[in-house]
Amino acid sequence: MIALLLRDLKLAFRAGGGFGLGLAFFLIVTVLVPFSVGPQSSLLSTIAPGVLWLGALLACLLSLDRLLALDWEDGSLDLLATAPLPLEAVVTIKALAHWLTTGLPLVLAAPFLGVLLNLPAPGFAWLVISLLIGTPAMSVIGTFGAALTVGLKRGGLLLSLLVLPLYVPTLIFGAEVARRGATGMETQTPLLMLAGITAATVALLPFASAAVLRINLR
Amino acid sequence: MTLTVTDLAITRGGIPVLEGLSFTLPPGKALILRGPNGIGKTTLLRTLAGLQPPLTGRIDGAEDQIAYASHSDGLKPTLTVTENLSFWAAVFGTKDIQPALDAFALNELSDRHAGNLSAGQKRRLGLARMLVTGRPIWMLDEPTVSLDKNAVQMFADAVRAHLGQGGSALIATHIDLGLDGEVLDVGPNKAKPKPIDDFDGGFL
Repeated sequence: MIALLLRDLKLAFRAGGGFGLGLAFFLIVTVLVPFSVGPQSSLLSTIAPGVLWLGALLACLLSLDRLLALDWEDGSLDLLATAPLPLEAVVTIKALAHWLTTGLPLVLAAPFLGVLLNLPAPGFAWLVISLLIGTPAMSVIGTFGAALTVGLKRGGLLLSLLVLPLYVPTLIFGAEVARRGATGMETQTPLLMLAGITAATVALLPFASAAVLRINLR
Repeated sequence: MTLTVTDLAITRGGIPVLEGLSFTLPPGKALILRGPNGIGKTTLLRTLAGLQPPLTGRIDGAEDQIAYASHSDGLKPTLTVTENLSFWAAVFGTKDIQPALDAFALNELSDRHAGNLSAGQKRRLGLARMLVTGRPIWMLDEPTVSLDKNAVQMFADAVRAHLGQGGSALIATHIDLGLDGEVLDVGPNKAKPKPIDDFDGGFL
């Protein structure tokens, strides 16, 4: 399992691995928003938590179609399915590798991009906390979507449509934590909801992903 | 570890392709799978490897004893030859990749990226993967595609050595590998179309 994680990380950082794709998208979104909504700093600081969360979510979505498709194309998914690793472990490791190469960089970049959107000072910590808790759910849900659409030509479109509604609860509660944090309100309720969603998806979805993957590999 | 298949029927895309197939594959033996294109050789190997369920019939012999090599080699172009092999060795819980590099003359290429290899060299690397799995039953799907004469000999030697160590192999191929294995021609097992019964006939 460690070998699979290390291989996926290595692949992500090698040429053409796609590391930085999500990060670049996140940067572009946050740089362009002030241009499109205008320079009023009060308006920007109101929408900053929501825009940052939406940007992170879309950046995450962008990298999903390669998550399993590359392994399917070169045949290594078939070979992994016949290897001693259970498929549940394979999809969990794949999700973990995706989070480490996409989710975690987004979390780390978010406070710097928050400056561009005039995010109020108390919001920075809450933005990082909410993204740190929310992004693992996005990787796990995304892996489920990738498992559903693996093998389909141009499956990326279908993948986005399938995954977006599943991202909505995470987005609502995640952005709510960041928004309340930025305005100095209490954040416990949405934070607990967000953590609950992440815990549930991380615990349950790998089994669903492995099951649909088995059917898709037939 | 003997693989026993009894009265197996398999499907591809929901359509039955082979039926009534029975054979045994004892340790130390090779079985050469033959049959015209589209008869279901690949589907049979995938079914035996556990990638899809059979329609009917029994497969006895543990699934976790089988190493499967498909048409594609499962190589990552941005990893080197050594990294590719070491990864599969780690997945299968073996350590030593040197014998595999030796058997398929990959030592000189060991630091090259797999993406820079020729088709035949990639195939050799894909076949070397079988050696690092450490599993006794090999399932090979057209293993000699794009191999030159020399490399085919290398492969035949590797299979012979594997059989000598008590392993077994089921090989779908159209060429003569010079192995003293039995030939399993699945041609006669082609699934017959289901006769149209009264219910279906009513629609015609």
